[in-house]
Amino acid sequence: MSHSPLRVLILGATSGIAEVTARLYAAEGARLVLAGRNAARLQAIAADLRLRGASAVDIAQIDFVRDDARQAWLGLLATHGAFDHVLIAYGVLGDQPTAEQDSAAAESIMAANFTSPAQWSLAVAEDFERRGSGSLVVLGSVAGDRGRRANYVYGAAKAGIAALIEGIAHRFAGKGPRAVVVKPGPTDTPMTAGMKKGGPLWATAEQVAVIVRRAADKGGPVQYAPARWRLVMLIVRLIPSAIFNKMNL
Amino acid sequence: MTGFVDTDQLVSWGRVLRARHDLARPAFLDELPALLHAGAASTGKVLAGGLRRSYGDSCLNADGALIDVSALDRFIAFDPATRLLTAEAGVSLAQVLACAIPRGFFLPVTPGTKFVTLGGAVANDVHGKNHHGAGTFGRWVRALTLLRSDGSHRELTPEDESGLFAATIGGLGLTGVIATVTVELQPISSSHMATETIPFANLGEFFRLARDSDAAHAYSVAWIDCLASGDDLGRGLLTLADHAAEGPLEVAGRQGPSIPFDFPEIALNRYSIAAFNRLYHYAGAAKAGRRVVSYDPYFYPLDAIRNWNRLYGRRGMYQYQSLVPPEAAPEATREMLRTIARAGTGSFLAVLKTFGAVASPGLLSFPREGTTLALDFPNRGPETLALLSRLDAIVREAKGRLYPAKDGRLPPDLFHAGYPAAERFAQHVDPGISSSFWRRMQS
Ligand SMILES: Cc1cc2nc3c(=O)[nH]c(=O)nc-3n(C[C@H](O)[C@H](O)[C@H](O)COP(=O)(O)OP(=O)(O)OC[C@H]3O[C@@H](n4cnc5c(N)ncnc54)[C@H](O)[C@@H]3O)c2cc1C
Ligand SMILES: NC(=O)c1ccc[n+]([C@@H]2O[C@H](COP(=O)([O-])OP(=O)(O)OC[C@H]3O[C@@H](n4cnc5c(N)ncnc54)[C@H](OP(=O)(O)O)[C@@H]3O)[C@@H](O)[C@H]2O)c1
Repeated sequence: MSHSPLRVLILGATSGIAEVTARLYAAEGARLVLAGRNAARLQAIAADLRLRGASAVDIAQIDFVRDDARQAWLGLLATHGAFDHVLIAYGVLGDQPTAEQDSAAAESIMAANFTSPAQWSLAVAEDFERRGSGSLVVLGSVAGDRGRRANYVYGAAKAGIAALIEGIAHRFAGKGPRAVVVKPGPTDTPMTAGMKKGGPLWATAEQVAVIVRRAADKGGPVQYAPARWRLVMLIVRLIPSAIFNKMNL
Repeated sequence: MTGFVDTDQLVSWGRVLRARHDLARPAFLDELPALLHAGAASTGKVLAGGLRRSYGDSCLNADGALIDVSALDRFIAFDPATRLLTAEAGVSLAQVLACAIPRGFFLPVTPGTKFVTLGGAVANDVHGKNHHGAGTFGRWVRALTLLRSDGSHRELTPEDESGLFAATIGGLGLTGVIATVTVELQPISSSHMATETIPFANLGEFFRLARDSDAAHAYSVAWIDCLASGDDLGRGLLTLADHAAEGPLEVAGRQGPSIPFDFPEIALNRYSIAAFNRLYHYAGAAKAGRRVVSYDPYFYPLDAIRNWNRLYGRRGMYQYQSLVPPEAAPEATREMLRTIARAGTGSFLAVLKTFGAVASPGLLSFPREGTTLALDFPNRGPETLALLSRLDAIVREAKGRLYPAKDGRLPPDLFHAGYPAAERFAQHVDPGISSSFWRRMQS
């Protein structure tokens, strides 16, 4: 690894968490491919990462909900060759009340947070398994650990992607490649731009990015960011519904 | 208002003022025009801000909109041949150093903290310990892009004849939102500093030493023991420094401890002030004699303790930075130190520096030829304000000026007396933009 630079693909590279993670890779001298739908923003990020030490940065314009995952993936492999790490970071929070009434709104939350990343993960897994190496890291969420009225459509999609990645990790066991779902708690990024932040629940994108970067190299198939969320969510899952129902979450 | 969040109790670095703002923190440059428009349209006053390392009210816009640009922190280009670095205005000086040092470059001018954005460095036309040779930060700015609340977008260079470039350098954010900055870096062959520290027994000796030795060194600054009085008045240490000719090109990576909460005020007394003074002193390069140290403890001793401003307790602190012209400097400086010693409240840090004759490019730039004295005072209410007014009288008499970046109470008449170009400057102020400081100066 110290000889040839790490080849890294980031899907949803304009995400707040993804960009900070990309800076960690850049500082290691990695070769990066940044995929997303906003080409101008990807270009700005690419120029920055080059000055932060990346040995090469390319961009790929992809709409993950609209475009077919397997075809796009094969296109990336044909253009760039194999990848050592793939990070799936895109997602949308959506609006829960709208999703309850409008099936198209519900559909787009499910597509961006489950259907699409699931298809991408399956396509990447096939390649990694064949090669016997590669790290797939996907961003889930603590919201997937227990459904709650504020965001359960989003939460359900995140629960789905977590189960899928756990399954891929199980499939990979003993074969070389890795698959990890990282579940952040509330993080200060554009996704949460309209919310009041601060206090002990909130993490910075930098804190989460360090865990995301490390997850590609070591640790179990389910990781929390920051790590204390593992215990918090264990407790949250154990709260009896009679009490949970009275909590304003 | 889309993109803004109602935020109360926003503080600047001095932590004296707390104010409500509609706060936005865009992640991409392309979001700026809409935010600027929305902020100006709905509150009638919007301001851009960086890392809020200004102590007073110039980086606040109470009950108005504040666009925090610190997440606009992408490098755009660097050309080692021309030494020109172009970056988004929210890039911090710490990030510039991390990018520049391994390539053999350094900031042309740096203030005493690296947690300052490029936009903030421009808007206060910041100075450093090399002012006597290099002048201000703004002298090294080769281009700016500026967004105005009417939706226009200006590329400004030092050759600009409209006056907008000169108004924006040191313009306290009032002429528009600075989106990108192009600055010329200086080449270095090592990230180490060769320093020499010379004790002086009183102010007279300081002025002699500074006059005789500044020219031969890139950097020079003095630390004054504010608790000394009588014959020892103005006792201190002068530190001269240059970038070392040999050594590694290493980015300092140390992350010091953080002050997690406001210290109780009882923790702050004559003894802790003295102890802090010593700590500062030793953390820096300020032991008598010659030493070679990393650039980081030399330029940024306070950065080693994150949120050190919380040491001053919940009521916060005042910085007081004055500048008096050369002819008045010895007497005015002596008088200020005497006044402080008499008040007996002490100052955590007292820093003295001679500014050179290099002209500053901004209409409102603080630096000009003379002597600058920077002081920190814990906020003890009326008692502290009374002391600062006594210092004001000395500065006024000496035809000096105060630094708006440091001060949340600078009286309007002293501002206007100190900055005769303020009227010309006002013509360039963006009508959609304002700040707490600017409104106070109009009243
Ligand atoms: C420990 C310490 C040491 C210091 N030492 C020095 C020193 O040696 N010399 C010195 O000169 N200063 C010094 N300062 C002051 C500091 O350098 C200035 O206050 C600097 O401007 C702070 O930059 P910032 O990014 O925090 O901006 P802020 O404090 O957030 O804002 C400062 C001003 O810049 C404007 N501004 C910021 N970004 C933009 C933008 N993108 N577009 C338009 N306007 C903008 C704001 O409106 C405001 O008027 C020191 C401060 C500290 C805390
Ligand atoms: N922030 C949090 O509190 C938090 C907490 C837990 C989990 N997470 C998860 O962490 C991941 C990263 O989130 P973040 O906070 O960094 O969010 P973010 O900054 O809002 O980024 C989300 C990214 O997803 C991209 N995207 C969405 N739909 C897309 C599509 N159809 N095609 C292409 N790109 C698309 C967006 O691209 P555009 O710029 O083009 O819109 C955006 O860059 C997400 O999966 C999120 O669910 C976040």
